[in-house]
Amino acid sequence: MVVDTIKMKSLSDRLAAEEVAGRSLWADARHRFLRNKAAVAGLFILILIGLFALFGNYIAAWSNEELDFTVMGQVAELGGPSFENGHYFGTDDLGRDLFARTVQGTRISLMVGIVGSLIAVIVGTLYGATAGYVGGRTDNIMMRTVDILMSIPYMFVLILLLVMFGRSIAMLFIGIGLISWLDMSRIVRGQTLSLKHKEFIEAAQATGVPSFTIIRRHIVPNLLGVVAVYATLLVPLMILTESFISFLGLGVQEPLTSWGALISEGAGTINYGTLWQLAFPLFFFIITLFAFFFVGDGLRDALDPKDR
Amino acid sequence: MTEPLLRVEDLRVTFELRRAGDMPWTKPRLLHAVSGVNFELFPGETLGVVGESGCGKSTLARAIIQMVPATGKAIWQGKTNLLALSKREMLKFRSDIQMVFQDPLASLNPRMTVGQIIAEPLRTHKPDLSGEEVKTRVKKMMDRVGLLPNQINRYPHEFSGGQCQRIGIARALIVEPKLLICDEPVSALDVSIQAQVINLLAELQRDLGLAMIFIAHDLSVVKHISDRVMVLYLGREMEMATSHDLYADPQHPYTQALLSAVPIPDPVAERAKTMIPLDGDLPSPLAPPSGCVFRTRCPRAEQRCAETAPALTPGVHGVACHFPGPLVRGGRPLENA
Repeated sequence: MVVDTIKMKSLSDRLAAEEVAGRSLWADARHRFLRNKAAVAGLFILILIGLFALFGNYIAAWSNEELDFTVMGQVAELGGPSFENGHYFGTDDLGRDLFARTVQGTRISLMVGIVGSLIAVIVGTLYGATAGYVGGRTDNIMMRTVDILMSIPYMFVLILLLVMFGRSIAMLFIGIGLISWLDMSRIVRGQTLSLKHKEFIEAAQATGVPSFTIIRRHIVPNLLGVVAVYATLLVPLMILTESFISFLGLGVQEPLTSWGALISEGAGTINYGTLWQLAFPLFFFIITLFAFFFVGDGLRDALDPKDR
Repeated sequence: MTEPLLRVEDLRVTFELRRAGDMPWTKPRLLHAVSGVNFELFPGETLGVVGESGCGKSTLARAIIQMVPATGKAIWQGKTNLLALSKREMLKFRSDIQMVFQDPLASLNPRMTVGQIIAEPLRTHKPDLSGEEVKTRVKKMMDRVGLLPNQINRYPHEFSGGQCQRIGIARALIVEPKLLICDEPVSALDVSIQAQVINLLAELQRDLGLAMIFIAHDLSVVKHISDRVMVLYLGREMEMATSHDLYADPQHPYTQALLSAVPIPDPVAERAKTMIPLDGDLPSPLAPPSGCVFRTRCPRAEQRCAETAPALTPGVHGVACHFPGPLVRGGRPLENA
C-alpha cells in the first residue's frame, strides 16, 4: 500500500510537471531563413513595397485621377520628378501624378500575383493531393486532364478570352487562375506519391482515420514546404504574365493601371525625353521580382536543408 | 477451452501484377504473398511469426487489418469475419486491433507533436472526449511507456529511436486494444534498446492482458517474447509450435536451418555448433516450386516432395513436411539455438 501511495504520488508529480516546449520543423526552418541575408533583405523589400501599395496614397500629394493642368502639354519640361509641385515621380503624358499612378499599379500587380498564386495553392494542392493519394484510375483521369489543359497554348487562350469577353480585370483573374494551378498540381501529386507509402500514413489508415482527414492532417502539412517555395516563385511569374498582357494593351484598362501598363506607357514616350515615366514603374517591377526570387530561394534552402 | 480471440483460416493474399505495356485483357501475373495460413490466437497470448524477408510476414499482418485485400477467414472473437467486412463496418474493430511499425521515426508524422500523434486514434474512435480528457489520457499513457509526460509538445525528431518506438507503442495502446500487431518493432533499433522495448512490450502485455502477433526475423527476440511461434516460408506455414518446443525440438528442416544460423554468444559453443547452410535463394513467389515450396533448398527433398505439398499436421506441434524429425547429422542432434 505504501509503495502504491508513493507510486501514485510520483505519477501525479510527473503528470503535473511543466510541459516542455517543442521545436517544430517550422521553427527550425524560420531560424535557417533568418540567417540567409539575401532572403531577409528580399523579405524586407517586399514588406516596404507592400506598405507602399497600402499607404502610398496618403503620402501622395495628388490623386491618381487629377490632371495637373499646369504641366499639361509641357510634360517633358515641367513634368519631371520634383518635390516642389508634389509630383515626386513626375507626371505621365496626360499630367497625372506618376507617384499615385505607381501606387495604383503596384496594388493591381501585387493583387494579380497574389490572387493567381493563391488559386494555384488552393486548387493545385487539393487537386494534386487527391490525385496522388487516391491513385489508380482516378489519378490517371485527373492527371491526363491536367496534361490536356497544359498542352493548350495559354497565352493564346488568355488573349482570346480577353478579346471575346471584354478586357476586364475579373477576366484577367479568371484567365490567370485557370492556368496557374496546373504546374502546382503536378508538383503536389509527385510529393504525395512519395509521402503516401510512409509508415505514418499507414499507421493512420490502420487506425481508421478517414481518407480526407489523412490528406488534411498528414499529407498537406508535409507538402506545405514545397508548396510555399513554389508559390513564392509563382507570384513573380504571375506578375510577369499580367504585365506582358497589359504591355500588349489587353490587360488592365484605364483608368486602372498596372506595372505592365505603366511600363508600356513609359516605353511609348521614351523618345520625348520623359525617361522617368519608364524608370519608376520599371524600378518597382524589377526590385519586386528580385525580392520574390530571393525570398523563394531562401525558403527553399530553409525548408529543404537536405536538398541544397 | 476459452474462445480464441482471433481464428485465421486459409488466409490467402494474392497480388495481381501488371507489367507496363500489358493490354487490358492480358491476364495479370499472380503473386501469392500468403497462401493458406491457419492459426488461432487466444487472449493474452503472443504469437511469434518468423521467416526470411519476403516470406509474407508483414503481408499476413496487414491482411488481418484489411490493409491489403485477402481471402479466407479471420474470425474475431468467434463471431465476426474481419475479412468480409466493409470499410465502414471494419472501423468498429480498428480500435481493438492496433499496430506497431518497424521504422520508429518514419511511423510518426514529423509535423505533429507527440501529444497529437498519440491522441490520433483516440480522436478517431472517441470523438466526444474533451480536449482536457484526451490530454490527461495521453500523459498517462506516455508515463506508462516510459516517456516523460511533460514532453507532450515535442516533435518526433527530438527523440531517439527507442523513444520514438515508445511513442508508437503509446499510440497503439491509447485506445485499449485487445490485439497488438507488432511488425518487426525492434529490428531498426540497436541491441540494448531492443531489450528495453521488448521488455516494455512484455510488461504491458502482462498488465493489460493483450494478445500480440509479434513479427520478427530475429529468432532470439521471438523466443524471448512469444508463447507460440509460426515459421513462414514463401507465404506458407512450415512449422507451428510452442516457443519452447520449437526451439528445443525443431522438426522441419527449414526451422532447423534457421535456428542453426542464430549466433551463440559463446565462441566455444559457436565453433562446435553445426551450421546447416541452405543452398540458393528464396524462389520467386511468382513461380513457386511445385509440391513443397521448400524442396528446392531442402536437404531431405525426395521425389514425393515435388509431387504433393505436405499439409500442416494437426496438434500442438504442427509441421508441414513429408519427412519431419529431429536433425541428425554425424550422429549428433542439433544443439539448442
